[in-house]
Amino acid sequence: MGDSIMSYNGSAIVVMVGKNCVGIASDRRFGVRQQTVATDFQKIYKMHDKLFVGLSGLATDAQTMYEKLKLRLNLYKLREERDIKPSSFSHLIASMLYERRFGPYFVEPLIAGLEGPENKPYICGTDLIGAPVFTNAFWSPELAQNLVRHVRDFVASGFGARGFVEVMAQCLLSAVDRDCLSGWGAVVNIITPD
Amino acid sequence: MSDTLIGFVGDDYVLLAADATNAFSIILMKDDEDKIMKLDSHKLLAAGGENGDRVQFCEYIQKNLSLYRYRTGRALGTNAAAHYLRGELARFLRESPYQVNLLMAGHDEEDGPSLYFIDYMASMHKMKMAAHGYGSYFSLSILDRQWRKGMPSTKGSN
Repeated sequence: MGDSIMSYNGSAIVVMVGKNCVGIASDRRFGVRQQTVATDFQKIYKMHDKLFVGLSGLATDAQTMYEKLKLRLNLYKLREERDIKPSSFSHLIASMLYERRFGPYFVEPLIAGLEGPENKPYICGTDLIGAPVFTNAFWSPELAQNLVRHVRDFVASGFGARGFVEVMAQCLLSAVDRDCLSGWGAVVNIITPD
Repeated sequence: MSDTLIGFVGDDYVLLAADATNAFSIILMKDDEDKIMKLDSHKLLAAGGENGDRVQFCEYIQKNLSLYRYRTGRALGTNAAAHYLRGELARFLRESPYQVNLLMAGHDEEDGPSLYFIDYMASMHKMKMAAHGYGSYFSLSILDRQWRKGMPSTKGSN
């Protein structure tokens, strides 16, 4: 049950680091087990200009998680009078998920952002109970095994922003073609310093 | 799972349909059950699933929307009402889940007609055409084929 609940609605999200930019891409399918309900479902949310979060896993928990994150971020913005750093945000998500250690939200979030005044690319992923993974290349939740294989081939060559869109799109599309629970289009978001 | 609900958006209306059977495993108790509840003058909620949950949850939402109207003097918009509904369903999911699948339809002055698909786990999506239940396996493909943006009401009911 633990494994199948993550693939109940089906989703594929990937984050990648390019040259001076980060990208986060997702598919657009919203399904209920094998039936596709919608093909324009949003899984990536913009938290602020330099921070995007993608929420894969169970759709209801992804939506609840997004609402909670929006609340926390709005409060943060009011108190601190600045936007949250991606690294702080990933720690926030990890602790929010671990709060529900024994009754978790069935989401695996991916964070993509540009950190600090130098706009250093930052990506992070966590599992459903908040164990973070900090890499500087790419990340995708365990379900999308195919994605990992495709992406690994492209990572070595540091792509600039324009080529990056194409790379991410093709990686995602070729991976979801093999997975009947994800697909039906893709959305690629690239964050650049400007 | 067995209660079929179908809905779609036309040019200035939303059409909702629900099956009318009420069964107790193999026995058909009732075949004129009304599963579409009027939430207010411009909103409808079609619900399918466990009987008690269905009635209780719909009435709960309807009464709370009325309460909001009495307190503030204005009715909640469809988008807000749908998000409120989703929030309540999501809250109960972790306490005592309601096993109801819902289609919420509404018409606002600014936004026009809208339809929200909400499944029993509170995953919500605003859609142009949606269906729940076993009937969805048939109706979704027909809707995919026949639905056009902005259908006049005569065509829609066909």
